[in-house]
Amino acid sequence: MAEAQNIPVGSTTAGQIAVAAESTVATRMSAPPSFDVADFPVPHGREEEWRFTPLERLRGLHDGTAVVTGDGVSVEIEAPEGVTVETVGRDDARLGTAGTPVDRVAAQAYSAFEKAGVITVPKETVLTEPIRIAVRGQGGTSYGHQVIELGAFAEAVVVIDHTGDAVLAANVDYVLGDGAKLTVVSVQDWDDKAVHVAQHNALIGRDATFKSVVVTFGGDLVRLHPRVAYAGTGGEAELFGLYFTDAGQHQEHRLLVDHNVPHCKSNVVYKGALQGESAHAVWIGDVLIEAKAEGTDTYEMNRNLVLTDGARVDSVPNLEIETGEIVGAGHASATGRFDDEQLFYLMARGIPADEARRLVVRGFFAELVQQIGVADLQERLLVRIDEELEASV
Amino acid sequence: MATLEIHDLHVTVEADNATKEILKGVDLTVKQGETHAIMGPNGSGKSTLAYSLAGHPKYTITGGTVTLDGEDVLEMSVDERARAGLFLAMQYPVEIPGVSVSNFLRTSATAVRGEAPKLRTWVKEVREAMERLNMDPAFAERNVNEGFSGGEKKRHEILQLELLKPKIAILDETDSGLDVDALRVVSEGVNRVREGGEVGTLLITHYTRILRYIKPDFVHVFSAGRIVESGGAELADKLENEGYEAYTKGGVSA
Ligand SMILES: Nc1ncnc2c1ncn2[C@@H]1O[C@H](COP(=O)(O)OP(=O)(O)OP(=O)(O)O)[C@@H](O)[C@H]1O
Ligand SMILES: [Mg+2]
Repeated sequence: MAEAQNIPVGSTTAGQIAVAAESTVATRMSAPPSFDVADFPVPHGREEEWRFTPLERLRGLHDGTAVVTGDGVSVEIEAPEGVTVETVGRDDARLGTAGTPVDRVAAQAYSAFEKAGVITVPKETVLTEPIRIAVRGQGGTSYGHQVIELGAFAEAVVVIDHTGDAVLAANVDYVLGDGAKLTVVSVQDWDDKAVHVAQHNALIGRDATFKSVVVTFGGDLVRLHPRVAYAGTGGEAELFGLYFTDAGQHQEHRLLVDHNVPHCKSNVVYKGALQGESAHAVWIGDVLIEAKAEGTDTYEMNRNLVLTDGARVDSVPNLEIETGEIVGAGHASATGRFDDEQLFYLMARGIPADEARRLVVRGFFAELVQQIGVADLQERLLVRIDEELEASV
Repeated sequence: MATLEIHDLHVTVEADNATKEILKGVDLTVKQGETHAIMGPNGSGKSTLAYSLAGHPKYTITGGTVTLDGEDVLEMSVDERARAGLFLAMQYPVEIPGVSVSNFLRTSATAVRGEAPKLRTWVKEVREAMERLNMDPAFAERNVNEGFSGGEKKRHEILQLELLKPKIAILDETDSGLDVDALRVVSEGVNRVREGGEVGTLLITHYTRILRYIKPDFVHVFSAGRIVESGGAELADKLENEGYEAYTKGGVSA
């Protein structure tokens, strides 16, 4: 990784690039994890985990006033043969096994959903086609829960598409058996008014590989909380993310990788581009290496590209290390501006201003997409990025 | 025949809450096939002239006219000027993170030529142009100017000159920061473009060194925001021997 290109956060231009104060994983949450919403006080906005989020735009998801309506979201699942797709009740034993809600909205979702989805890929089943989940907002409010479970040595790609308008709070569990390989692409391509808050819990089995690609384009407010923990040694997690935050949008990605088991790897790369008045992107990258997690190898990076004035980035990487017996641990955060000199240079070569901006953003994202390592996914993602840029830059 | 006509050009910049006039009435006509050297001391306004012609937003035109084949250049946006055939090789080319040289060159050639060059011939064209400039093919995959040495940046500028084939090329201190070998390679690149006879060249420089490789038809001395003397190639020899002192100390009625 080109270390030299990493400008420390806030070292670039004045004004719109904020540097959040250092804070550690342990002190971050104001209440311990719980499945019960009653265990969390209603946030007032100054808590560490809420201080960047405009509570007034959560449409009541945080204080119990959001009322479920019948027309929340529709979920359509396309799964290749061999995959089991079920809708289950609240008491199903497979729910909530990958992680526990860590904030009030996640607990609210867990306390309020009526039916959950469970997708199972049996052990040693290797899928050649992706599982596709289309979540379409119908304009209403809903709470959801989805479990995706891979048996030992199973391999699958899951593509989750979020479109339309909705107020949605959800928990998603990914449970990977020993040696399983799961790639999940979650695209948030919501309409402008949508509000989406979700916690993703991945529990990675022994020698299993989890790859997550989070792509956030749309929504009025999107707040995602991808979390990873390990159930056995030799697990690997790669968390990729890209977001394009437009005028007025709030897009927040809060990651936690808990190295709770020895000899596991994690690699986190999130890149975002922002443009327009009051575009606000938040990236929190927490990596915890517990005392027992010897042999850990971890790296996390967040890069942001601010295209215009008026946009704001808060980027906070946190690395908490409780043992020195590790292979490697690093983090980097850089926020740069696409400045007038760059624009001038490209225009002086005949390239119109809009195209110049698109060129820069496309290149910025392509660098990340190329790391995903699944060729046809990469291609399709680049097409999606192009479409997004054509429409909005 | 392409002609760039600059008439009584006045340009200001905003600095420290004050408006400062940098160009104080520049007159110059550059025709296709001609090479004009503009020489002057540091801070005399050479780059300001170059940037103003290219349309940099920091410079405000307060008077005068600039036309390219009769078309009002000052009315055009930066990209329109480039597409009309103006090219500025910059003194300090900027880094563009995330954009590869190959992608940049192709996008730019597409914009200037009005259609995307055919992929097969294009790849060959770029490769050969890079070879002529002694550029490692690996450059094509690097990000524009990112981590380039001073000499590499200048070669990259001349590479663009060769590929974009402008009507008027403004080369702002293309020689600065180059060692002798690089200077020769870069000059040869400029000469290849000049030999086509289709480009009018405005060669801005502080030193006479580059004029040994690129022979100008005209030499203009620039001082305090305007041209104070014009002549043929022999004027460069005079500057070589006597320096700019005669001009900066008011030796010429300025
Ligand atoms: N953007 C700007 N803001 C403020 N002052 C400027 C700006 N551009 C140029 N100037 C001032 O205008 C004057 C002329 O600068 P310019 O860069 O055009 O000179 P130059 O002849 O190219 O010098 P050099 O030989 O050092 O390249 C200088 O005093 C410079 O400080
Ligand atoms: Mg200069």
